[in-house]
Formats: sequence, C-alpha cells, structure tokens
Amino acid sequence: MSMDRRQFIKIAGISTVLGFGGTLGLSKLKDSWASEMLQSPEALNAKHWAMVIDVKKLTSEEHYDKAISACHRAHNVPNIGNPKEEVKWLWKETYEHAFPGMEQEYMPEGIKHKPFLLLCNHCENPPCVRVCPTKATFKRESDGIVMQDMHRCIGCRFCMAACPFGARSFNWRDPRPFIKEQDENKEFPTRTKGVVEKCTFCYERLAKGEMPACVEAVKDTKALVFGDLSDPNSEVRKILSTHYSIRRKPELGTQPSVYYLIGGEENA
Amino acid sequence: MLERALTGSGRYWRWILFLLAIIGVGFLVYLRQFKVGLGITGMSRDVSWGLYIGQFTFLVGVAASAVMLVLPYYLHNHKVFGKITILGEFLAVASVVMCMLFIFVDMGQPMRVMNVILHPTPNSVMFWDAVVLSGYLLLNIVVGWTILGAESKGVAPQKWVKPVIILSIIWAPSIHTVTAFLYSGLPGRHFWLSAVMAARFLASAFSAGPALLIILCLILRKTTKFDAGREAIQSLGKIVTYFMITNVFLLGLEVFTAFYSNIPGHMHPFQYLFAGIEGHGKLVPLMWASGLFAVVSVIMLVIPSVRAKEGALAFASALVFLSLWIDKGFGLIVGGFVPNPFEKVTEYWPTWPEVIITLAVWAVGFLVLTVLYKVAVSVKEEVA
Ligand code: SF4
Ligand code: SF4
Repeated sequence: MSMDRRQFIKIAGISTVLGFGGTLGLSKLKDSWASEMLQSPEALNAKHWAMVIDVKKLTSEEHYDKAISACHRAHNVPNIGNPKEEVKWLWKETYEHAFPGMEQEYMPEGIKHKPFLLLCNHCENPPCVRVCPTKATFKRESDGIVMQDMHRCIGCRFCMAACPFGARSFNWRDPRPFIKEQDENKEFPTRTKGVVEKCTFCYERLAKGEMPACVEAVKDTKALVFGDLSDPNSEVRKILSTHYSIRRKPELGTQPSVYYLIGGEENA
Repeated sequence: MLERALTGSGRYWRWILFLLAIIGVGFLVYLRQFKVGLGITGMSRDVSWGLYIGQFTFLVGVAASAVMLVLPYYLHNHKVFGKITILGEFLAVASVVMCMLFIFVDMGQPMRVMNVILHPTPNSVMFWDAVVLSGYLLLNIVVGWTILGAESKGVAPQKWVKPVIILSIIWAPSIHTVTAFLYSGLPGRHFWLSAVMAARFLASAFSAGPALLIILCLILRKTTKFDAGREAIQSLGKIVTYFMITNVFLLGLEVFTAFYSNIPGHMHPFQYLFAGIEGHGKLVPLMWASGLFAVVSVIMLVIPSVRAKEGALAFASALVFLSLWIDKGFGLIVGGFVPNPFEKVTEYWPTWPEVIITLAVWAVGFLVLTVLYKVAVSVKEEVA
C-alpha cells in the first residue's frame, strides 16, 4: 500500500461512511497499514503483549527514576509541573492508591509504603476503546496493544472518564514548551493541545526489535519482564505460572495485561 | 414567519442587545480558550469534565421535557396544553442548540468535530447521543414550525405532521436515556454506575423542564398579550410535583444502596459532595442548598392550596429548577470524578473564563428562545 497515513485515514473514513468498511474492516485495514509501515525484519512480534512487574526487585529510588525518565524522554512527555495538568505515561503510586480496596491495616509495612509502577494496563476489554467516538483509541488486534491516534482524537475525554485506572492524560495546553530541548526525541512525535495520550507499550520500539524503554532502562534488575502472554513458553507465562501475581481492579473485568508480583521470592 | 422577530418593542430590542453583548464577550473568551487550550478551565487530569458537560447534561433534560406538553395534548387530548405545546417544542429547540454548543466548547480539538460523523463508531454511546440529539432538534423544528405556519394561515396543519409528532414523543425519552448511558456504563465510576441513572435523569428532566416553562409562561403573560391560561399552568404544576417527588425518591434509592451496602467506593462520592473528604468540601454548601431547595419545593408543591397560588407556584418552580441545576448541572459530574481512581481528592471549581463561556452559551440559548417565542407569540396575537 503506497499511500501515506492521512490518505489512508481519509479512504478508510469514506469507505466506512459508504458502508464498505464497518468496524471490523477498518480495524483490520488499520492493522495491516501499521504492520506494513512499521514492520521490519527484526520486529518483535506477539499475539498478546503483557508486562510483569516484580516490585521487590525495584530496590532504590534510582530504579524508578530510570524507568520513568526513559519512558518520558523516549516519548516526549512534557514536564508541566502542575499536578492538575500533569501528563504521565509511567509513574509511581503507593500500594493503597494503586490497589484501592485491597489495602488493610495489618499488611507488611514493606509493601504498604512500597511504590508501584503504574501505566496503561492495555486491558483485554478496554473501556477506553469502547467509548471513543472516533476510533482514535483502538486495540490492535494483532498484538493487543491499546493504541492512540493523536491525529484523530477530538479531545472529548470520554476515554478518561471510562478508564478506571487513571492511565490517560490530556494535553490541557500545548505541551511543546514543557519539553526540554536537550531531552527531545526527534524520532517520536510531540503532541498538540487538546488530545489525550497514554503509554503505548513502546509499539515503535517493538517494531524495531527493541524492548520497551522502561524494561530496557532497568534491565539489570530484571524487575520488568515483557513478553507474549499467548505463548506458553514465554518468560511472562513462566513467571505467572510459578508466582502469585495481582492485577489492578480485577473485579471490573477489563482484564489488565500488566501483572504485579509482590512476593518477589519463588513460592510456587 | 421569521420576519416577526424583526419588529418589537424597545424592551424586546434591549433584551436582544443584552444577550448579544454577553455572547460577544463569551466569544472573545472562547477564542482565548481555542488558542490556549482547555487549560484555562478548572478541569484537571482527575476531574476531566466540568461545568460544560454538566450544563449539557442538564439541558438535554430540559429539551426532553417538551414531551410533557406534547404527549398529554396529542395522546390524551388534554386541551389546555393546545396553546403552549409550541412553547415546549421551541424550548426543546433552544435547549438542544445549547447542548450542542456545550459539547463543542468542551472539545479539545473542535476543528475535528466532523470525525464523529466521518468515523461513525456504533460502540460509542457518544455517537448515539449525537444521532438522537440532532434527530430531536430536527423533529422539534419541523413540528413547531409547521404547526405555527398552519396557525398563522388559519388552516389545519398538514396530515403528515401527526406521525412526526408521535415520533417526537417516542424520541424524547431516548435523548435523555442515551445521555444517562454516557455515564452509567462506565466501570470504576461508582457514582454513575447505577441502573436508575436513566430513570433519575428522566424524572429530573420532567420536573426541571416544566418548572422552567411555568416561569416562562408567567413572563410571557407579563410582557406580551399571550396568556397560557391558568389551567395550563396548574397542569404543569402537577407535572412538576409528580416528577420532583419521583426524582427525590430515586435519589433516595441511590443513597440507600450506597450506605446500606456500606461499599466504600459507592459511599465516597456522596461523602465528598455532602460532607467533604479530608477537608476537601468545595461543593458541600451547594449540594446542601440543592437538597434544601428540593425539600422546600416538594412541600410547597404537594399542598394543593399553595400550588394553586401562582406566585407560590412560580417560587416553588424556581426552587425546583435551581435544585436540579445544582444537582445535575454540577454535582453529578464532579461527584463522578471525586475521589479519583486512586482514591485521592482533586477538587474542581470553574474558572472565570469557563463561567463566562458558559453564560454566553446560555445567552445563545435565550436568544434562540426569544426569537422563536417572539414569532410564536406574534402569530398567536394576530390570530387571536
Ligand atoms: S488501563 Fe485504561 S487506558 Fe489503558 S487500556 Fe485499560 S482502560 Fe484503556
Ligand atoms: S478524547 Fe480522543 S481518544 Fe479519548 S474518547 Fe475522545 S476522541 Fe477518543
């Protein structure tokens, strides 16, 4: 397919209006477009990307800072410095705020006050995708990543209301002045005001055969493991079948693809 | 027929100019918001919808309430509403226009508004909301205009209008039901995750809308030769009474469910709204005012001798309107976001630019309403 993105979107849009596309057709087209545009021989592939975060292995502040700043620099996440307008893709939160309702008075102090790394969970049943009126938020059928099309988003913020994990940020104003020039990653687009954004599991790095930036940044700790949930031999599956893991707000049925190990030691 | 809006008394023109002035100022402020972004509002990462979406939600109800006049008149032959169904239909038109404007000013990328139509997304409730709202707008313009046109010519309205009216009667509840579904289908927002949300929306709509109509009828009687008639106003009063009681009842159900179940997530928004959490309680006085207005208005309305007095009825109607405006136009939206998904409290309060833009959208609504009512009343004065 030798057309650019804009053209593609236009044609996809028109064909949907005329009834050729339909929801399914469109997402399929979009997937094939994405893979053709981004696929390179060394690309990492999976049917269902997932992340396991072993919290016990993140032992110092530095680990957190490394992971967060690697993500934020790779994606030109602005540092607004005002919690109300904050944009964040990867951040830390204590157990009681990350897992509200699952905390109790007598739990180990070490876990109660332990920071947890939070990000978009790339839910299997993502409510953010369900509510988006423009398909600007969509789930890639090929690998389960919940994506964000910044050029299509109308900034209605319905997805922010729908995400029960507070994973989405809105650009309340132009983010560019808040990205330090020396930090800017010229290979990744910056956003405009008025659109929503979030972690995308580094789809752009996977396409180049690289692990997500946060995983890479704290590689030596082995605390973040990224892999294919649909492959029984993958590392993530091995860990999940031998360790007790938890997910955020499982009762809501969104099926997060981010798992947390709080025990650290092998206790299978 | 529209030319009738171009002649009027000095008072009429002063009112129009006043509205235009507010719209002008609001437009300038909007240009600023357009340039800077929604950062000039009080909304935040945690409370990502605020006054604009609240007004939209409230006004969808006012729009839907037109059916409270049209239905008794056309389906039950309730003759006293004959004169004023047009007022209900035109109020619906003005309200839907405001709804659309509130959505528009709330968008981060307003230039992309067509994306909703270019990429129709049947799984998004917002898509359906756009469909039902524009349909309803069209239905009410067509019905109101055709009937008024027939009236001004002194002939019976064309036959095809009747089925369109029936359609509009069926359509009206849908606009508010779909709007309720915007909220009630979201996981993790306990305050909104309630099956009675749509029912509550309809009850509050069918009380707030007719309450406003009572006030509008009384204003029209004072300022023009048009008189809705005592009986029609009393009928509206009964409608307000029944639905306000239903609304309070439904709210009571929500409170019972939240507190008897004792589930923290369900209790927190109520605690935030009515008592404050950890010292955060900006909305507490407002919410209590809303509660107080509701109680006082219900007491006034259920006593027949009080309701029979037009002054008292107007006062009670104003209380109903204010109470529901606070509850739905403000508390309902903010309460859905506080506490946030991390059980933390970020407070919301509208900023001045936000308030001015909101006032300007209301002014547009009143302008549309004034022009339409002017035409309607002139026609009625001529044929009378
Ligand atoms: S965590 Fe939130 S933003 Fe991410 S996929 Fe799930 S619902 Fe969507
Ligand atoms: S803000 Fe953008 S991504 Fe989110 S629901 Fe609206 S259009 Fe979709």
